[in-house]
Amino acid sequence: MRVTQHPILGDLEDEKKVTFYYNGQPMEGIEGEPIAAALMNAGIRVFRTTAKRHEPRGIFCAIGRCTDCMMVVDGIPNTRTCVTTLKEGMRVEKQEGLERIRTGEEYK
Amino acid sequence: MKELTADVAIVGAGSAGLCAAYQAATAGADVLVIDENKRPGGQLFKQIHKFFGSKEHQAGTRGYVIGEQLLQKVEESGARVMLDSLVYGLLPDKSMGVISNGVNYSVKAKKIIIAAGAKENYMAFPGSTLPGVMGAGAAQTMVNVNRVLPGQKILMVGSGNVGLIVSYQLMQAGAEVVGIVEGAPRIGGYGVHAGKIRRAGVPIYVGHTIKRVFGKEEVEGVEIAALDEKWNMIPGTEKAFEVDTVCLAVGLNPMTELVWMVGCEFDFIPQFGGHVPLHDANMETTVKGVYVAGDVTGVEEASSAMEEGNMAGVAAVEALGYLTREEAQKKKDEIRSRLDTLRSGVFGEGRRKNKEKQIADMETYKEQYKEAADHE
Ligand SMILES: Cc1cc2nc3c(=O)[nH]c(=O)nc-3n(C[C@H](O)[C@H](O)[C@H](O)COP(=O)(O)OP(=O)(O)OC[C@H]3O[C@@H](n4cnc5c(N)ncnc54)[C@H](O)[C@@H]3O)c2cc1C
Ligand code: FES
Repeated sequence: MRVTQHPILGDLEDEKKVTFYYNGQPMEGIEGEPIAAALMNAGIRVFRTTAKRHEPRGIFCAIGRCTDCMMVVDGIPNTRTCVTTLKEGMRVEKQEGLERIRTGEEYK
Repeated sequence: MKELTADVAIVGAGSAGLCAAYQAATAGADVLVIDENKRPGGQLFKQIHKFFGSKEHQAGTRGYVIGEQLLQKVEESGARVMLDSLVYGLLPDKSMGVISNGVNYSVKAKKIIIAAGAKENYMAFPGSTLPGVMGAGAAQTMVNVNRVLPGQKILMVGSGNVGLIVSYQLMQAGAEVVGIVEGAPRIGGYGVHAGKIRRAGVPIYVGHTIKRVFGKEEVEGVEIAALDEKWNMIPGTEKAFEVDTVCLAVGLNPMTELVWMVGCEFDFIPQFGGHVPLHDANMETTVKGVYVAGDVTGVEEASSAMEEGNMAGVAAVEALGYLTREEAQKKKDEIRSRLDTLRSGVFGEGRRKNKEKQIADMETYKEQYKEAADHE
């Protein structure tokens, strides 16, 4: 959920909205925010599953230290979504274990 | 590989790194600051509460405002700030590997200041890996920087300043904090922060810990239990809460990877977050020409990080000849006296003692090293 009003930081100013795709579904986010923030705003909290036990993982540190938030972004696995900025048209996918680089072919 | 050079290269553009950059660049040195983030400021921009201490430390001013003022000063000083750039290695010959937008750089600098900050501690309990369990600093970043609420109903673990402040900030942003759990028999943070929490009606459960977090794919609830004097859970004292988020404010530890890699000697000081590099009063480590400042030297707070940054910056450019001995000494004396003020009082005293030990251990190391060299 977006914090639009804040007693100290004031109102959230009009930010530039962009459309990105989460597992193929179009979603809205703010240009330049971390991908993780846009997903969290949309209520998505499971970002990946672990390789051996397939346990869910989500945001833990939010500053790029723990790697719990890794997803496949524009075909590249192991992308830390808390420190990767959102751009128009980005394809963000939940990562299942260790994934290979997804090539353009698979997207067609 | 592209090569970059500088008189002083600084890792980290947080409170400490920016102050070091300002001091070094205003003295006339060519300064390069490198930070992994897209925005400079480190942890400062998530600190929306008013700072404490004396007037020189801008008490009463909010952290992010101090951050903006500092950024402006650094910009005017002529220091170069390289953002979105990760320092991935630092060799004993002081050459630095940096990756920036897919391009590899080798940075060669005469002096290096490591101001890499700290990271949050983890705590293990059943369910601790479920999405929805996160660091309090992570929640703070989400809510104050990214303006997204990490959850609606939150339980906080830890009643130190970070736990208290972040709980309050989550409420300011519209979340409900159902309680704060503290293992110790008393609240860890400042009375002022705890008072605000109490007035907001949030219970603080001292002498309690998390028993487990439950939920299928993400956090759905949490169970806490009282502790006996040996920190064992007392059966029958469990309380359950329906929450979607559990925040852990159980301390920070210094980000010392690069400091280890370059070959510095360390001390172990639990109150500072564990292993911390030995350094002298100039913030210089056991590797000549490599300085440290801020949380990486032992976790304290933003004001002391800034002063350590000032100290490292002044000392580094003095060594390069940009300041005379007298000029540098005057600045260092001022910084030292401000640091002493910060490290005084009920909460500061312990930090002062630890810092003194760290510096004394450095002197002992220097003596031993000298003896060893004399015998050769
Ligand atoms: C999440 C979090 C929340 C905090 N909240 C509070 C609070 O509310 N109040 C308070 O008083 N204190 C708080 N603190 C303590 C805080 O660390 C200090 O107040 C102060 O900000 C420390 O300054 P610093 O310059 O040492 O580190 P930081 O401000 O952390 O700056 C370090 C910088 O170095 C960069 N960096 C590290 N390694 C590399 C690398 N290899 N390559 C490139 N860049 C790198 C980081 O990205 C970061 O920007 C918090 C700390 C954390 C970690
Ligand atoms: S949440 Fe820890 S690296 Fe992104």
